[in-house]
Amino acid sequence: MKVLVTVKEVAEPDDDFAIEGTDIAASDLEYGLNEWDDYAVEAAVRLAEAGIADEVVAVTLGPERVEETIRKVLAKGVDRAVRVRDDAFEGTVVDVASKVDVLEAVVDEEAPDLVLGGVQAADTGFGATGVALAERVRFAHAAVVNDLEVDADAGIAHVHRELEGGVEELTDVDLPAVLTVQTGLNEPRYASLRGIRQAQRKEIDVRDLADLGLSAGDVGGALTVTAMTEPESESDGERIEGDAGAAADRLATVLRERGVGAS
Amino acid sequence: MSDVLVVAEHRRGELREISHELVTAGRELADDLGGELHVAVIAGDVAEFAAELNRPGIDRIHTVAVGEEFDHTVYAAAAERLVERTGAAAVVTPNSVNGLDYAPAVAERLGVPLVTDVLEFTYDDDLTVTREMYGSKVETTAAVDGDRFCLTVRGGEFAPAEGLGEAAVEPVELDPPESGARVTGFEEVAGGDVDIADADVLVSVGRGVGEAENLEVVEALADALDATISASRPVVDNGWLPKNRQVGQSGTVVAPDVYVAIGISGAVQHVAGMKGSDTIVAINTDPNAPIFDIADYGIVGDLFEVVPELVSRFE
Repeated sequence: MKVLVTVKEVAEPDDDFAIEGTDIAASDLEYGLNEWDDYAVEAAVRLAEAGIADEVVAVTLGPERVEETIRKVLAKGVDRAVRVRDDAFEGTVVDVASKVDVLEAVVDEEAPDLVLGGVQAADTGFGATGVALAERVRFAHAAVVNDLEVDADAGIAHVHRELEGGVEELTDVDLPAVLTVQTGLNEPRYASLRGIRQAQRKEIDVRDLADLGLSAGDVGGALTVTAMTEPESESDGERIEGDAGAAADRLATVLRERGVGAS
Repeated sequence: MSDVLVVAEHRRGELREISHELVTAGRELADDLGGELHVAVIAGDVAEFAAELNRPGIDRIHTVAVGEEFDHTVYAAAAERLVERTGAAAVVTPNSVNGLDYAPAVAERLGVPLVTDVLEFTYDDDLTVTREMYGSKVETTAAVDGDRFCLTVRGGEFAPAEGLGEAAVEPVELDPPESGARVTGFEEVAGGDVDIADADVLVSVGRGVGEAENLEVVEALADALDATISASRPVVDNGWLPKNRQVGQSGTVVAPDVYVAIGISGAVQHVAGMKGSDTIVAINTDPNAPIFDIADYGIVGDLFEVVPELVSRFE
């Protein structure tokens, strides 16, 4: 079977950052693989190592910058990657339906049996692309999966969905399917030196929207960010100042006043 | 006329609190749009859920008695059916694990924009929503293009509707759709050898601890304070502590006398699980960490310097 992993390079703000217009200043952002997608990549590579998946393909949407992140994914054992160039998307928040337009075209081309992606992207946090994609391409789906076992012969993925409050739902999902992967599903590996060397020779197929039969007009965003602010601290709490020793003195007093460690 | 359809949520026989919150949110939106508020109750004991939900603000409750538990195919088909039936312009669902398992499919079926994890909204010819980005570090307002849309609303942002309502309750027929996903059971993953919900004092450790070997720094503090160790999600994901130690939305909700958050940034899912604590202490290197917004006492500093000092005060 073939597994398609959707991956996103996300931006993470530095501890100190400035807002310029409707986004964080580019100089205050660090880019890396979305944490949730790292677990999806690991799950896909393990399926290949277990002999269940014959091929693992990663797909991403992004400018040339993201190839560094894609190489890391390839170094972890993904066989090849497709990068859809997104000049039309640069500088905007891409809405769910537009991402699905692109991914639908890639799913049509690749015809995977299983699509894995993170539950959400750390930067925009929509948490919706996987389920919307499943609906569009008529695959079965399950969101927020934290346990996965694939029975390829039966054509079923046995999953646990992590609900709120320490409850998991046990679900059987027919293949082909889209699963969105929660952190904690597995332990994502670090790329080996050998993997990093091999990744240099792996293919990253760069596609334009036109190659996929789409135009910029087809993927117009339905969502326009009009303002971005840093939430004001609502705390009326005490900020304990001073060096570690002085802070510990004050905190010990506070804790003792509440009967902590009084025995 | 632009009506609003809210979809209630229940699990294992219990209506979830967010359902009442969405009645408040849905009423506000319906008033802005100049329409009626419809609430959908899908699967399970729909008559009982409808009675419990029937609070002021709702114009009509539609019950769809298909299946016992949540099934995203049934929910998506029922929501689509009810939008056809009511002509609702807006569908509002919880931003819960199950809400995110069907709301994107509803938006796809209807061909309308979807905005998830909405904190606030205003409607003045166009819809404007407030949501967070970059892991709660910033808040954004965004304009939504279109007269029809689907929103998932975060729990705890709207006050639950209260009182006795008089909405008409109407059963709606739906042929059970073919589903590619079948629920076979549930599993409780909390509990085990220790119940952190029972602790008076929790020393809770987060990603800032860096690696499993460093946990002993925090364990020394828990010993000194006669406290119980708990953790935020990344520590459990990494396997450094078992799942029954996890505080938060997907773990255990706690409200101890004292909660000491060490190296925890305070993601919304974590805060939802501990904001009811009487006294919250936070130690973190990032002065902008959201945990400081809810902390009664905050120390911006390196846990590896502050915690050993604190331990020595109790020896």
